[in-house]
Amino acid sequence: MPEPLAECAGVIRTFGRLTVVDRVDLAVGPGEVVGLLGANGAGKTTLIRMLLGLLPVSGGSVRLFGRPPSRAARRRIGYVPQTLGLYDDLTVAENLAFSRAVFSAAPGRTAAPGRTAAPGRTAAPGRTDIPESLRRYARVCVRDLPLGVARRAAFAQALEHGPELLLLDEPTSGVDPLARSRLWETIGEAAGAGAGAIVTTHNMEEAEECSRLVVLASGRVVAAGTVAGIVGAARTTVVRAADWTAALRRLEAAGLRAVLSGETLRVPGRPGPGVTQALAGLPVRISEEPATLEERFFELAAAGNASSPETPAGQAAP
Amino acid sequence: MTGPGAWGADGVSVRFGARQALDRVTVSALPGRVTAVVGADGAGKTTLLRCLAGALAPGEGTVRRPDARRIGYLPPGTGVYEDLSVAENLRFRSASYGIPGPAAERHVSEYLERTGLGAARDRLAGQLSGGMLRKLGVVAALLPQPDLLVLDEPTTGVDPVSRADLWWLIASAAAGGAAVLMSTTYTDEAARAARVLVLDSGRSLAEGTPAEIVAAIPGTIAVAAERPAAGDERRRSWRRAGAWRVWRPDAWRPDAWRPDAWRPGADPGRGAVVHPDLQDAVCVAALRRELEAGHA
Repeated sequence: MPEPLAECAGVIRTFGRLTVVDRVDLAVGPGEVVGLLGANGAGKTTLIRMLLGLLPVSGGSVRLFGRPPSRAARRRIGYVPQTLGLYDDLTVAENLAFSRAVFSAAPGRTAAPGRTAAPGRTAAPGRTDIPESLRRYARVCVRDLPLGVARRAAFAQALEHGPELLLLDEPTSGVDPLARSRLWETIGEAAGAGAGAIVTTHNMEEAEECSRLVVLASGRVVAAGTVAGIVGAARTTVVRAADWTAALRRLEAAGLRAVLSGETLRVPGRPGPGVTQALAGLPVRISEEPATLEERFFELAAAGNASSPETPAGQAAP
Repeated sequence: MTGPGAWGADGVSVRFGARQALDRVTVSALPGRVTAVVGADGAGKTTLLRCLAGALAPGEGTVRRPDARRIGYLPPGTGVYEDLSVAENLRFRSASYGIPGPAAERHVSEYLERTGLGAARDRLAGQLSGGMLRKLGVVAALLPQPDLLVLDEPTTGVDPVSRADLWWLIASAAAGGAAVLMSTTYTDEAARAARVLVLDSGRSLAEGTPAEIVAAIPGTIAVAAERPAAGDERRRSWRRAGAWRVWRPDAWRPDAWRPDAWRPGADPGRGAVVHPDLQDAVCVAALRRELEAGHA
């Protein structure tokens, strides 16, 4: 395996008495897209900030391109924060020109190994090379852009200097599926060209785009691997009832939590006597299906939050 | 589509200055059912929901909604006062609906306990996490035991754990007989609703049960390992789960069309043609609009 672009080894971050990131191991190599999944407060953003060198670690180590985070390493990273990091009162072209100036003006600039700037990318200050899909918005202020287009602009800005590592914090929230797919094309192209990416998300459809997932709960890694590996053999009980409201009330009364899906109810786990007894006498059909990633994630997060700090991390990893 | 007792909007248009926020949109919300409005930020979801909640009068079209006291509304954001405690927020909201405090407390106490808000009664709302705040907003909207519950993106940005609680609240309200109209940016979430309206730039792209919307996709969708190199096929393709979807407007046998483009086993047992889901349907609807706009 080639040397990881980014690597966390036993990373810990505490704020006062609160441990926000707890012994996290994570590595991303060239061409890999690693999805970071976790509930709010699971430690995703803190981890990203440590990778960027914006926040020191309390324990363990973070390495970027084989060294501790530094400004020189930052030059080789493309970062899209949740808030996009664009200037609202500048146009798309101005934002790109500004970012280009920042990345090319810093002292000690060296071309990343194995990468040469694309033609037109080493242009004189003020000259902007705008991706095709953004050209008609070049002179529009960012504040007047539809969100999907603003996200494309943020991607363009982050990718412009040919980064080897992308850090994307919920990169597609609020956009429609087609626009999301277009943004993922961009991520896929960068990965195809050898960049690695770490993507935080809440969106399970988006998680399926990643080559590998790392699931965090309460600052710890509770699962890692592919979607199929993480879902594993987890199953869900599916209840089809003539009257789902009656079935839901029965399950509720039995202390079982069912999730409504269309006109069917889904209960985590295989069908058991609990469900059968709760629904006795009602016209229902009970079957089982593989759990969805979201259902599996819910189990993992709940277990991770309930477990004591002594529980070894990564036990669910395949 | 519009049954007796259904709330909803018929041909509703709203204009803000030069911008057409809604263009002849129709949706119905049936008692005991969840109806989802799905679309990107800026599609018109909030404007439509405000019309249903009675917070905005449409320029054209009609809105069927119950008396204001029978409507529960979660506006965009949290819908609660961040400098009041959880209990104070609920007391204030019930007083504004004219519900006596003890009755309101009885009505929502189970909701509070089951969603983890019970232990946070005395905390300031502003100190709650995003997921807890949204749960409080939904519980507050449930106070009047509404006939119509209007929820503006109750789950956006909320992690899956709180999302499961929110869905439990929503299902409980529907099971209690409320017509629920909620908006979301997640298609997988919309697919759980009984009915779906797909909005794009203020216009209705599709409406019906998720199965009806999927069945109404014209043509065929296939899966490809590589993106088609050029032309119409390229324009009609989009990335999904690490592979490519290609839409063809006509009925189509993909084995007759560049079979070498398909990765064997990409979708085992079904060949290259996929059984589309709501996400595919929404993508095709958006693609068709994009292509029409391109030809115009």
